[in-house]
Amino acid sequence: MLKILKYSFFDLIRSRWSYVYFLFYLTLGFVLLFLNNDVSKAVITLMNVIIVLIPLIGTIFGVMYYYNSREFTELLLAQPIKRSSIFMGQYFGVAGSLTLSLVLGLGIPFVLYGLLRSNAIFDFTLLLVTGAFLTFIFVGLSFVIAISNENKIKGFGYAVLLWLFLAVVYDGLFLMSLIVFEEYPLDTFSLVATMLNPIDLSRILILLKLDISALLGYTGAIFKKFFGTDLGFLVSMGILLLWTVMPILGLGHKAKRKDF
Amino acid sequence: MTITIKDLHKQFGKNQVLKGVDLTIDKGQIYAILGPNGSGKTTLIKSILGMVLPDKGHITVLDKPIKKQWKYRKQIDYLPQIANFPPNIKVKELIHMIKDLRNSPSAEKELIDLFGLGPFLDKKLSTLSGGTKQKVNIVLTFMFESPLLILDEPTTGLDPMALIRLKELIQREKAQGKTILITSHIMQFVEEMADKILYLLEGEIYFKGNIKELLEQTGAPDFEHAIAALTTTGSHA
Repeated sequence: MLKILKYSFFDLIRSRWSYVYFLFYLTLGFVLLFLNNDVSKAVITLMNVIIVLIPLIGTIFGVMYYYNSREFTELLLAQPIKRSSIFMGQYFGVAGSLTLSLVLGLGIPFVLYGLLRSNAIFDFTLLLVTGAFLTFIFVGLSFVIAISNENKIKGFGYAVLLWLFLAVVYDGLFLMSLIVFEEYPLDTFSLVATMLNPIDLSRILILLKLDISALLGYTGAIFKKFFGTDLGFLVSMGILLLWTVMPILGLGHKAKRKDF
Repeated sequence: MTITIKDLHKQFGKNQVLKGVDLTIDKGQIYAILGPNGSGKTTLIKSILGMVLPDKGHITVLDKPIKKQWKYRKQIDYLPQIANFPPNIKVKELIHMIKDLRNSPSAEKELIDLFGLGPFLDKKLSTLSGGTKQKVNIVLTFMFESPLLILDEPTTGLDPMALIRLKELIQREKAQGKTILITSHIMQFVEEMADKILYLLEGEIYFKGNIKELLEQTGAPDFEHAIAALTTTGSHA
């Protein structure tokens, strides 16, 4: 698996899109820091961008990579390599190179700005960690979608729909249900609903660590009570981890049963 | 026995491609797998390679069942039908990569010279012509010393010179005691190379034997007509 990972990773690192992605974060980091002049505020703005963009890029990159490397995959399938190693290697190659672009692209401007001396380092690290989680989750989901659909257009469509649902539609439904059922106690419901969507979960996790939960009013207090504690933090991380592992298992399952 | 196949079934959607194939492949011979388009040749080959998972049936390669195994593929060199390579890497890098992945001794230098691929080593695969890609494909297949060779349409796109080289290469491998499976639509090539013919029709082995037996059975004047006769009698049967 490591050999496949190596080849996929270097193949991607050399591709133009990795540079574009890396340079985008680099520019974003520099612009935000020097316009805001405040690391904490820059982290919040970054969060808003990242939370939507990372899943989108992860989804599109994942689907594109899978379909573009189909020939290579077939070549590998005839070699003495375990099937699951081929797909896992490719998956970690894609997710790893995207994460690297993210970490380096944002890390460099922040380190240059003097992050290491500021007390926002924990918030910033959390931002990168959730960013990495979101990358792995959405690349995984897109791989599962791609391997289940021979038809490229369909696969692409489903992947983008999934992103749209989790990034936009889900929040809309969530808000609507809060309004419709406002007569009822919704604390547990909103907690669970947040947990079920990795994008929402990441957002809340970062927001609460940034100590701006006061802005969220009563709900914020409940969230703070849960996510703000060590237990809540661990549970959230555990759920992000679960979100990461599930697509990987799905990919392994699909890969074992597919004809090429 | 190099390969044994028992009662192999495979269905893609509603299309039943293999309907109970029974087959044994002996060591050190060249087998030609023939049959009309869509008769299941590639599916059969891919089942042996474990790329297609059979619905029913049992396959052994070198006396070991292959189900859920992958190490046995080290004993097989496979030439895929259409040379679909990753477009953005160089010929040299591809050869290096496959060597690295298989981790076995290889003799690519001689083959590169044999097919005159030297000038193309630093070119990207997407810029190569179909015939040159096929030559790269052949180098990748023949550079290892595996006891079993599977060639799916090896002659596609080759110029006459390369075709002669390929035939010599196949004969040389046979002389080393390797077992070779070939599919081809070029009857002249098959007639020249094959020891045994396996004729696949509608998902079953319709004929197995050597060319002489085939001519006797069909009463046709030559090999090409004999194959054509098999196809027509088969579809009327």
